[in-house]
Amino acid sequence: MDLSYSAEDIAFRDEVRAYLADNLPKHISDAVREGGEMGKAMIEEWHAILNRKGWLATIWPKEFGGPGWTPVQRHIFEEECCRAYSPRILPFGISMLGPVLQKFGTKEQQDHYLPRILDGTDWWCQGYSEPGAGSDLASLKTRAVREGDEWVINGQKTWTTLGQHADWIFCLCRTDPDAKQQQGISFILVDMKTPGIEVRPIKLIEGGHEVNEVFFTDVRVPYGNLVGEENKGWTIAKYLLTHERTGIAGVGFSMQALEEVKALARKTLRNGKPLIEDPLFAARIAQVEIDLEAMKITNLRMLFKAQSQGAPGPETSILKIKGTVIHQELKDLARRALGPAAAPFPGHVTDGNLMFGPAATAHNAARYFNNRKTSIFGGSNEIQRNILTKTMLEL
Amino acid sequence: MDFNLTEDRQMLADTLNRFLTEQYPVEHRNKVAYDAPYHDPSKWDALVELGTLFALAPEEAGGMGGAGFDIAVVFEALGRQITPEPVLGALMASRLLAAAGADQEALLSGASKYAVAFTELDAAYELDQIAAQATAKGDAYALSGRKSTVYGGQVADVFLVAAKLNGKLAVFQVNAADANVTGYGMMDGAGAAELLLDDTPATLLIEDGAAAMEDAINAGIVALCAEAVGAMDVTHAITVDYLKQRKQFGITIGKFQVLQHRAVDMLTEIEQSRSIVIKAAAELGGPDASRYASMAKNLIGRSARLIAEEAIQMHGGIAMTWEYPVSHYGKRLVMLDAQLGDTDYHLSRVMAGNAAA
Ligand SMILES: Cc1cc2nc3c(=O)[nH]c(=O)nc-3n(C[C@H](O)[C@H](O)[C@H](O)COP(=O)(O)OP(=O)(O)OC[C@H]3O[C@@H](n4cnc5c(N)ncnc54)[C@H](O)[C@@H]3O)c2cc1C
Repeated sequence: MDLSYSAEDIAFRDEVRAYLADNLPKHISDAVREGGEMGKAMIEEWHAILNRKGWLATIWPKEFGGPGWTPVQRHIFEEECCRAYSPRILPFGISMLGPVLQKFGTKEQQDHYLPRILDGTDWWCQGYSEPGAGSDLASLKTRAVREGDEWVINGQKTWTTLGQHADWIFCLCRTDPDAKQQQGISFILVDMKTPGIEVRPIKLIEGGHEVNEVFFTDVRVPYGNLVGEENKGWTIAKYLLTHERTGIAGVGFSMQALEEVKALARKTLRNGKPLIEDPLFAARIAQVEIDLEAMKITNLRMLFKAQSQGAPGPETSILKIKGTVIHQELKDLARRALGPAAAPFPGHVTDGNLMFGPAATAHNAARYFNNRKTSIFGGSNEIQRNILTKTMLEL
Repeated sequence: MDFNLTEDRQMLADTLNRFLTEQYPVEHRNKVAYDAPYHDPSKWDALVELGTLFALAPEEAGGMGGAGFDIAVVFEALGRQITPEPVLGALMASRLLAAAGADQEALLSGASKYAVAFTELDAAYELDQIAAQATAKGDAYALSGRKSTVYGGQVADVFLVAAKLNGKLAVFQVNAADANVTGYGMMDGAGAAELLLDDTPATLLIEDGAAAMEDAINAGIVALCAEAVGAMDVTHAITVDYLKQRKQFGITIGKFQVLQHRAVDMLTEIEQSRSIVIKAAAELGGPDASRYASMAKNLIGRSARLIAEEAIQMHGGIAMTWEYPVSHYGKRLVMLDAQLGDTDYHLSRVMAGNAAA
């Protein structure tokens, strides 16, 4: 047992740290720190910077333009990115579609789409969920019918994250309504500019616009936009889910959130003393810090297992459940630390001396509410428990 | 022993519930709660006409109620529709005016809106940390300091402000027109204001105000906790209804035992919440009022968060949307923890009481 990073890992960490210090623009890290919504422009700017260095698609193999890192290196990179307050890399093209095309796509598809993901030509979104198909994704109804060398798509996707910016959407569509649920689904790429597509915004609990409904009415796309085999889309969907799981514990983000909570608790006065000296609040911080410390190791243990076995196992569900709960708890503490000062709607009280402390505090309540999503999406925490029940407990 | 409401209170509850369900559906609520002036002036007038404010003050003060249970009835009804009307300020101001023996006709008739300004940036909940200063200027007074997150302050005509006078906490009356008021909307709807006092003219209301302020806070806590119970009831009902409607994997999700048990746990916590509100309401105005108000606020702080988070989680994505009412109930339930002392603040008060006993 040895918990220390190898000399190479440490050298790698220092390299990443130095790179971020030199290349992460201040206006971007400030925006992350202040916790508002990341605009399209800033995400694209940051993607372009990482791409120039070859560090954008960290999970891609070298042959496709990835850096060829080990899972531990990827972990170090993610941790350092959080530490430096760099924006989250958008997962849809890089960590979802990329690996799918690399595994199931044709050579033409790979040559066409992968470079465009890297250089930011195409912004992708994920068209899985439907109003009637959430946890039970396989019950999806959006229909794709082959007509000559085209697919004609009708139906509706929902919860489409950042679909308002997207150039393309990858969709699960029903292509054989008579087959058993999982067996009649295909994975199809759709240009968002195709006639018949309508994107409608969904306003979230805290007032932000990050998800959308996407409607398809007689949308015609080339038959060649099919990825993998017809009616074998479920296999792809499942493969993609395993990739959605890297970094699933969100340890870096929780470490960031813990530091923020401590900073807030140092600045906030309660009973005339820094809140961090209040025994009840200090206990809350310490409690979640203990959980996080264990989670770091749990995460690394599973990372190592994945590294030696080649793929993450079902126990990564543990990372999802506990990782999201820890992060949500930290967001709760931030809101709690501020007390009444967390109440104003973000943006309402920001000018001059009327600010409630630093600008970074304005979004704390909003982030707490928004982050309730993490235990719902990507397979809800209930679904994760079902997975563990079946796979680990065999009940 | 009798846990039924008196006939008068039941009538008031029915009247308010009917009025609010008809006139203040959540869609309307969301329209007014997030846009200046962050409430609906015409609905405020109607609420006043229905006797809402009179129910909050005792007969000696010109009202028709004023007991803990009157307050609870009104606020539970307001909570059921998460009404963003500035009634809490009126209630707390009425307690202060009564303690001062001052006339409150303007308040009870709804002619003037009152807000209570205790909180400061470095005195979120603790009265003994209040730093605003009063100085005597002949017969009159002048106040300096900043009052923060003054609920209802965005539309108040009159502020009742806590400030230090000769080292003691005193309560002053400040006309909105004389002060620097910045109103804004809040995360959970409704409005508040920052009140900047800079040698602002004020009238002294209570020279030694700590006890009266404590009573106003206790009444405010009964109100907030009852509001939470109303909001929790509705949130739970919507959730259970959704469990019966929503199908995944070919069955309604309410058939999943894990969700059933959690819905039952919510129910248990709501019943506990209802009980502690009854206790705090019964003790209001008595010698142990503060202790039971603290117990109520602590318990509600825990249960309201649980109900909010579980309701959202058990709905899945739909309750994350602005359009679905549960998101707004959830925000209100969580954010009311930061009014008049949060879960930890009140826990430490109960602890301190035990240690002193
Ligand atoms: C902010 C946000 C962003 C999203 N982004 C995307 C996106 O970009 N693309 C995309 O395709 N989707 C996206 N989603 C959708 C997300 O994946 C779904 O919300 C999720 O799968 C849950 O589905 P649902 O919301 O329909 O809830 P339901 O499936 O209806 O679940 C309701 C409740 O029932 C529980 N439940 C369901 N089945 C069971 C069971 N068998 N046992 C016990 N409990 C059960 C759930 O855990 C939940 O608590 C996003 C969602 C959100 C909130």
